[in-house]
Amino acid sequence: MSMEIKEKIIEKILLLVALSSITVLALITFFIFEQGLPLIWKMGPKAFILGQKWIPSKGLFGIFPMIVSSFWVTFGALSLGIPLGLACTIFLCEWTPPAVGMVLRPAIQLLAAIPSVIYGFWGLVVLVPLVRDYLEGPGLSILSGSVILGFMILPTIISISEDSLKALPPTYKAGALALGATHWQTIWRVLIPAARSGIVASIILGMGRAIGETMAMIMILGNSVKMPTSFLDSARTLTTNIGIEMGYASGDHRQALFATGIVLFIIIMLLNSLAIFLSRRRTG
Amino acid sequence: MPSKNNRFKKHPAYLLHFILIIALCVGCQRAKAGITVAGSTSVQPFAELLAEEYVSRHPHDHIYVQGGGSTAGIEAVRTHAANIGMSSRSLLPDEKDLYAVTIAKDAIAIIVNPRNPIWDLSLEQARQVFSGKIKNWRELGAPPHPIVLVNREEGSGTRESFQKFVMGKEEIGLESLVQDSNGAIRQVVSNDPYAIGYISLGLVNRQVKALSISGIEPNLTNIESGKYTLVRPFLFVFDGEPKGEARTFLEFVLSPVAQKLLSQEGLVTVRKPPGE
Repeated sequence: MSMEIKEKIIEKILLLVALSSITVLALITFFIFEQGLPLIWKMGPKAFILGQKWIPSKGLFGIFPMIVSSFWVTFGALSLGIPLGLACTIFLCEWTPPAVGMVLRPAIQLLAAIPSVIYGFWGLVVLVPLVRDYLEGPGLSILSGSVILGFMILPTIISISEDSLKALPPTYKAGALALGATHWQTIWRVLIPAARSGIVASIILGMGRAIGETMAMIMILGNSVKMPTSFLDSARTLTTNIGIEMGYASGDHRQALFATGIVLFIIIMLLNSLAIFLSRRRTG
Repeated sequence: MPSKNNRFKKHPAYLLHFILIIALCVGCQRAKAGITVAGSTSVQPFAELLAEEYVSRHPHDHIYVQGGGSTAGIEAVRTHAANIGMSSRSLLPDEKDLYAVTIAKDAIAIIVNPRNPIWDLSLEQARQVFSGKIKNWRELGAPPHPIVLVNREEGSGTRESFQKFVMGKEEIGLESLVQDSNGAIRQVVSNDPYAIGYISLGLVNRQVKALSISGIEPNLTNIESGKYTLVRPFLFVFDGEPKGEARTFLEFVLSPVAQKLLSQEGLVTVRKPPGE
C-alpha cells in the first residue's frame, strides 16, 4: 500500500521535472513574443519582414537582407556539408574497417564538441585571410562563413543519416547483392533511396543548426547590413543581428531584436517540424 | 523493511545538505556586497584598472566591472542593477535626470593598416569615406583598391560620438563591415591592408596606424589644447547623488593618483572635482 503511494509520488515528481523543462520552452516563447510582437504590429509585419533598411537610430527596422543572408549562408553551408556528410556516412557504414571506424566516429563526434567560438576564431585567423588574399573583398564574407558552417553541421548530418542507414533491414543489402548488383549500385540505388527520409531529416536538422549558429558567424561574416549580391560579400544573418546589437539596444531597437528572434524562431520551428515529419514517415 | 529504515536514516543527511546549500547561497550573497559598475565597453578596460587599484587599497571592498554598452549601463543604473553606469557618450535628453560625472576624456582615432601609405585625412574626406561616397583608395592618393569600411554597431557610444563629430547629418554607409568592440575593429584593420575604422585612442597600438585629421595628430597635446576635436567624455552615471561606497570609488577615480593612471593609459584627464 505505502509502496504504491511512494511509486505515485515518485511518478509525480518526475512528471513535474519533465514538465518544468517544457515550461522553460513555453516561457522563452512567451517572452520573445511578448517583447517582439508590439514592434512588429507597430511597423506592420510587411514593413518589418520585407523592409530593406535596418537603421535603428532612424527607426528603420527592415530585416529582409538578414533573412536573405541567413538563407545564403545556410545554402552555402549545405552545399559543402551535404556532399561531405553523405560521403562520410557511406564510407562509415559500408567500407570502414572496424579499427578505422573506432577512430573516425569519435573524431566526428568531437567536431560537434568544439565550441563555436573556436570555429569562429579559426575561421578568422586562417580562412578569412585566404579568401581576402586569393579571391577579393574583405575576406569576412558569406563564403568564409559557409565553409565554417559546412564543417559545423557535419556531425549532425553524419550521425543521423548513419543511424537511418543502419536501421535498414539487412535483407535490402543482401537482396540487392544477390541480384547481382555491385556494392556501389546497392548503396546508390537501394540503400540511399530506402534511407532517404532519414537522410533528408538529417539535412534539415543540419540546416536548422546552420541558421541558428551565432558566435562563429559574428566573427566571420563581417556583419554589414545590406542585401548580399555575391558570396564574397559581408553579410548579417538573423542570429548575428541579435548577437551583435544586444548590448547597446534599448526601447524600440531592443524590441526589434526580439522581433528578429520571433522570425528566427518561426523559421527554426518550421524546419524542425519538417524534420520530425519526414523522419516519422519512414517508420509509419 | 530495512530499506525503509535506511531511508529514514538518510533524511537528516538530506536536511543537512539542504541547509548547507541555503547557507552557501546566503554566504555568497553576503560576499557579493560591493558595487557594480556596468556599461560602455570603451570605458570598461579603464574601469577594471581603476577597480583593481582601488581594491588593492581597500582590500575589504569589492567592485564588479561589467560590459554591456553605454545604453545598457545607463539602463542598469536606472533599474538599480548597477550602482555606477559607464557611458562613452554624453547623456541623451531623456537621460538628463541622472547624475553624470566626467571621469576622463577620450579621443577617437581613425585607424588604418600600417601598410597603408595614407597619414592624413580631412574631416570632409573622412565623412565621404565613411558615408561610402569615396569608395576607392585611389581617390585619396593611395594605390587603387576598394576601401573596406569597418564600423561599430548601432547603439555603440563610440559610433554615436563618431556620427556626431565626423558624419554630422550624413549616414554611415550600409556597405560597411560591423564589429561589436574596439578590439574587434582593431583586429580587422590590423589584418586587412585596405580597411579603415575608428577606435578609442587609448587602444591604438602598433598593429594599426592612427591618422591625423587635417594635419593634426591625435596626441595628448593636441587633445588638451582642443585642436583635435574627436574627443568625447567618459562618464560615470549615478541615479541621484552618489552615496556610500559608490561615492568613495568616484572620489578615488577623480583623485590625482587614479587620474595619473588614466593618463598613462592614453586618456585625457579631468582634474576638476564633480560639480565644479
